[in-house]
Amino acid sequence: MTKFEKPTSLTRRSVLLGSGALVVSIGAGVTLETVLSIGEAFAQGTKPPLTPDQLSSYIAVNADGRVAAYFGKMDMGHGLHVAIAQIVAEELDVPFKAVKVFMADTATSVNQGGASGSTGIQLGGKQLRVAAAEARRVLVEMAAGALSVPADKLTVNDGVVSATDDKTKSISYAQLIGGQYFNVQLDWNKQYGNALYAPGKAQPKKPSEHKVVGQPIKREDIAPKVFCQEDFVTDVKVPGMMHGRMIRPAVAGSVPVKVDESSIKDIPGARVVWKNGFLGVVADKEWDAIQATEKLKVEWSAQEPPFPAQASLHDHIRKAPVRKRMVEVQNGDVDAAFKSAARIIEAEYEWPFQSHASMGPACSLVEIKDGKATCWSGTQKSHFVQEGIATLLQMPLESVHVIFKSGPGSYGRNDADDCAMDAAMLAQSVGRPVRLQYMRDQGTGWDPKGPASVHSAKCGLNAAGEVIAYEFTSKAFSRVDVDTNGGKPYDTLTGQTLGVALKSGDGFGVPAESYAVANKRMAWETIPPLLDRASPLRSSHLRDPVGPQIHFASESFIDEVASAVNADPIEFRLRYVKDPRDIAVIKAAAEKAKWETRASPRHDQTGPKVSGRGIAYAQRNGTRVAVIAEVDVDRSTGKIAARKFTVAHDCGQIINPDGLVKCVEGNIVQGVSRALWEEVTFDRNTVTSVDWITYPILDITETPGQVDVVLLNYPDIAPSGAGEPSIRPVAAAIANAIFDATGVRIRRVPFSPERVKAAFS
Amino acid sequence: MNQPFKLSVNGQSHTVEADPDMPLLYALRNDLGLNNPHFGCGLAQCGACTVHVDGQPTRSCVTPMSAVGKSEVTTLAGLGTPEKPHPLQTAYVEEQVLQCGYCINGWLMTAAAFLRDNKKPTEAQIKEALSGLKCRCGTHISILKAVKRAAEMMG
Repeated sequence: MTKFEKPTSLTRRSVLLGSGALVVSIGAGVTLETVLSIGEAFAQGTKPPLTPDQLSSYIAVNADGRVAAYFGKMDMGHGLHVAIAQIVAEELDVPFKAVKVFMADTATSVNQGGASGSTGIQLGGKQLRVAAAEARRVLVEMAAGALSVPADKLTVNDGVVSATDDKTKSISYAQLIGGQYFNVQLDWNKQYGNALYAPGKAQPKKPSEHKVVGQPIKREDIAPKVFCQEDFVTDVKVPGMMHGRMIRPAVAGSVPVKVDESSIKDIPGARVVWKNGFLGVVADKEWDAIQATEKLKVEWSAQEPPFPAQASLHDHIRKAPVRKRMVEVQNGDVDAAFKSAARIIEAEYEWPFQSHASMGPACSLVEIKDGKATCWSGTQKSHFVQEGIATLLQMPLESVHVIFKSGPGSYGRNDADDCAMDAAMLAQSVGRPVRLQYMRDQGTGWDPKGPASVHSAKCGLNAAGEVIAYEFTSKAFSRVDVDTNGGKPYDTLTGQTLGVALKSGDGFGVPAESYAVANKRMAWETIPPLLDRASPLRSSHLRDPVGPQIHFASESFIDEVASAVNADPIEFRLRYVKDPRDIAVIKAAAEKAKWETRASPRHDQTGPKVSGRGIAYAQRNGTRVAVIAEVDVDRSTGKIAARKFTVAHDCGQIINPDGLVKCVEGNIVQGVSRALWEEVTFDRNTVTSVDWITYPILDITETPGQVDVVLLNYPDIAPSGAGEPSIRPVAAAIANAIFDATGVRIRRVPFSPERVKAAFS
Repeated sequence: MNQPFKLSVNGQSHTVEADPDMPLLYALRNDLGLNNPHFGCGLAQCGACTVHVDGQPTRSCVTPMSAVGKSEVTTLAGLGTPEKPHPLQTAYVEEQVLQCGYCINGWLMTAAAFLRDNKKPTEAQIKEALSGLKCRCGTHISILKAVKRAAEMMG
């Protein structure tokens, strides 16, 4: 099956052998005819090893001139692949439509860290940019040989290299290398994951030369989903597949001590998989597997209720021993400055546990055959899951293949990695492929949680009302009680239920801003988890890990200080913010929202229904965002309507403005949901928020009616992330708007009607 | 006890052996290979499994096989095709609504029935009609734009 006529291939062969062989990988025993006979697929032949120092690990040119970009990260719904294709097309000088991005398949991509920290473009795109630039350099060099024209006298247009002053002399990328892999060494920094970087000799283009980067190109993957032509991970099936379901204890920490397999003997094909605390069932039919979980008689070990009463969660955090303290910012003599202060302002803020609550519970399919395991997963970290499964099943890493397929949402370290590992365990145990999907209560109840926290802020003012001392401390559960991926069994429910040795990590963070205060200290403290293993309240990364909670506190507090000195919240911030790009986003948001300069709160409203406006701003790994919220508050019911947002967003160079606006809108809406509604509930035994009734999120009637996004584009500044930064200031902007409207300060998320109403009384 | 059920789905007849209590969703997904309705909650709380049963938006995750009877079932795949799209499908593509896309059966199937029965709806009516659906990615702003666009197309 080839799209090429024989004469073309002969021409290409002569070109290859005549000029390009040094940089082309022609493996022994693979003829060009063999390569062409597989025509439909992307580049064929013997491929150099899939290592980060090979150009072929990122870019290949197909026989027909199409370009494959192999990407070790994946799109989680923002259309990242479109931006990556734009970057690759730009550097290679090929049409955008000629580029196809293959995401996060461990067989075709190296470990670039998966979806992580909004680095898809910032770090992943950076690597694809230098790889594509190097591919172009190599191809032009090959063309120089083939055309006998010096490389600096060649231009490239739509994948065709031509002599600048004689367009009759030309040769296409397809003719130069199509169907063969590059064999070009890159200068790899020996890092894996997000930090991986492997440039070639080529310099990427100057931003002023960009034609494809910066364009609002649409996603091509919407239509296939809308017309049901594309599978999600939940849709993958293989012959002989069984359906699995897991069983979790009613009291967290409890393990099965007796399992009565005869209780499900009437269910055809149903089998139990039980090892220590790991308990699952499989059956040929999905409904039978579900029935089996309900009918299986299990006796559980006695377990002391592991959790405190929910009402005392934040007191528990305050009193808990500090496992690790980290001072990340320390300027001047903070303690002396507080002693000399004319006035001290203090406040404390609380954030609950929150759930990823993905649209569907996680699903994974694992097939083990001929000593090799294949896993289909919606994970954010396929290369790490590959490591986790290899360790769990005691197989060589190269015998495990993880294929990323879009899952039911993600938003961080949700339940996907646990599910992949559980599925691997089930598949190995029963000797058949197993498709495991969790049930809703397991998705919401047993995903790793965004950590609950208490934040203390303290500010010292001199007699003139200037800030001379500032201290901010977070005390919280760790953001890496379980790590951000399933690379280690002890970070997964699978390993924890099987009884592996634990290794709970410590991590949190401090506010990311540029307030210049001479005496300033910012620190975090982490406390041990409530239950050391297989806990539904284990904590990990939830979208913008710990950003919303920290900046809810820090940006609410700045507002409190502004109010205390009777200053306008923006004017007060601008007294201290020193970074020019920070100043620019704050001013851009203020201008777009037609911000009226005055102190908060308003004093001109009477009656139950009042309105207010509030601002918050934050940095995040190079990105800056300012958010202005306009809210209506019904004082009689406590109901908040966050009706309008103005967002100014600076992530350096913009790759695709349309994709960026959609990404920001989603951040704002999810941010509103988390600020107004979301709180994991639990009793002494376990998590009790297990579905959409007990873990409510916002619905369309509560969605902001207007989100104005101002994009600040800095083409000469390397792009930073956008997947998470704009969710960061949302809760504080709303809290500040509630204060503006009512004069009441809400220091606890979520701003549920009951809590807001209680604050008024 | 399993028993045979005759199902009419997207205009085609099928026979499925199933437990009468089994939700329709599993028959559609596993027996008929129609992947479009998704399992989101199994509790009729999110809408990801929505199909039309005799034209009415129905949560297939809680609809037992025994309750389907001779009703005509329509899934998202039966709503329209790339060649002959439903206005909502066209609008979804034009407005670039999706992020993860897992929720779309609920929004499209519910909105399709609503727009069929309500010409020129107000924004408040659209929101009310769609208030029982979930989207975790927060694409609601684009969803509303797409439904309004489709409403205009449907006159």
